[in-house]
Amino acid sequence: MKSLKNHISLIIALFTVLASVQIYVAVDRTIAAYETRLKDDYSVIVVANKAFTAEEFKSMSSMIERSEPISTMQVLDRLKGEMSQKNLDLLRLTLPKFYRIYLNRYPSPKEINSLQHLLQRNPSVERVEGFAQTHDTIYKLMLLFKNVVQVFSVAIAAVTSLLILKEMRLWQFQHAERMSIMALFGAPVWLRSAVLFRLAIVDAIIATIILCLAFFVIDYYGFLIAQLKAIGISVQLFNFVNDALRSLGIALGISVALTFMIVIFPNEED
Amino acid sequence: MDKVIIAQNLSLSYKEFETIISRATFSIDAGSFVFITGASGSGKSTLLKSFYGAIEPKQGQLSVGGVNMNRISTSKLNFLRRHIGIVFQDYKLIKEWTIEKNVMLPLIISGYTSDVSGSQVQKLLGHVKLIHQAGKYPLELSGGEQQRVAMARALAHNPILILADEPTGNLDEYSSSVIWSLLEGANSQLKTTVVVVTHHIPEGLNVPYIHYHIDAGNINEIA
Repeated sequence: MKSLKNHISLIIALFTVLASVQIYVAVDRTIAAYETRLKDDYSVIVVANKAFTAEEFKSMSSMIERSEPISTMQVLDRLKGEMSQKNLDLLRLTLPKFYRIYLNRYPSPKEINSLQHLLQRNPSVERVEGFAQTHDTIYKLMLLFKNVVQVFSVAIAAVTSLLILKEMRLWQFQHAERMSIMALFGAPVWLRSAVLFRLAIVDAIIATIILCLAFFVIDYYGFLIAQLKAIGISVQLFNFVNDALRSLGIALGISVALTFMIVIFPNEED
Repeated sequence: MDKVIIAQNLSLSYKEFETIISRATFSIDAGSFVFITGASGSGKSTLLKSFYGAIEPKQGQLSVGGVNMNRISTSKLNFLRRHIGIVFQDYKLIKEWTIEKNVMLPLIISGYTSDVSGSQVQKLLGHVKLIHQAGKYPLELSGGEQQRVAMARALAHNPILILADEPTGNLDEYSSSVIWSLLEGANSQLKTTVVVVTHHIPEGLNVPYIHYHIDAGNINEIA
């Protein structure tokens, strides 16, 4: 019973680390998907006094994916009843050219500024509107969210690693008699500590299985995915091959590394 | 004759100013049967501990199986211990392991295959009359039976040296006779050096032996 309790303590601690890492990965994926959506919706408006081809815009910056002219017909149609055809033709000739420029990725506020300056350096470009303020707020919110989750994950990983270390010291104490008997018969350190490594590996595997089950339940009931879909984001929160393998790697890495630590640097009180 | 243990001006102590064995000089020949006696607290168990590296010489030189025990490295000590069989008064069996696995311990450590170690363990459990108890755990056995298991474990890897600390101290007559006959057999048939720390030398031993007595930190051979 006591042994089971010790196992559960380590499994919960490992599961917490894995869950925090996976939540960070899921948030990162969600933000990346949101960035893609924003990128598709986002465009820079350029007002120029001469016509530009798509190739000319592309040559100005590697960030520019494509461009499309904005038709002025809608504005002119509205003036049809108020102006003569001759004046309308004259106006059409004198009106500047409007372009919508799409980028190949979601830009940072700094990138928007430098793109604006780059475009404005062309003498034919009269004005560039990057909608920096709206864009900046959304982007900063996203980064803040990502950073908070990252800090949270690192803090959880650090605290739980200390808990795991304590738990393993307890294991070492529980198995001290067996390990000292093995030492009397010349067992090398790795063989004496094999029981600790075995326990660490088994618990790492169990913690990973529980994580997979937890995300399977989340995936199966789909409430989180439905919420994300509602704001136009389609994302896979847990990949049952790559994420499971990565989680297993992390769990094994942490538990084996911490076991190594207590084996190589035994407690002075032992 | 080759010497298995050589001590020159050997002093042993646990604390800085408390010497338990003082400037002892003696040697133990390979293949001999040695008893070390002395009053309680005289330092006989401490001396035995120094033979398997549980305590380091404070002064002087100690060599066991050709290995210098002064500031011995962990790997050298492990190597030496893999060639020694130790029997303790409190048995020191791993209680989570079966009797069979306990006897197998030195063979596991020495890297023997399960076939070899399995047959060796069966043979030894037969010798200590515990073949029918192989699947049991130490705490299911009596003290005498546990010490017979410890004896089988000490012999499992055919050691060059057997160190026994009060091996029959708390045992019944039958278990004591099994232990002594095994120690005698190892010494006479396998030429294994046997060093036994005890209060009383048993009567009717069938092997010649050497007797050292410890008194006030000094070791003297009793003729």
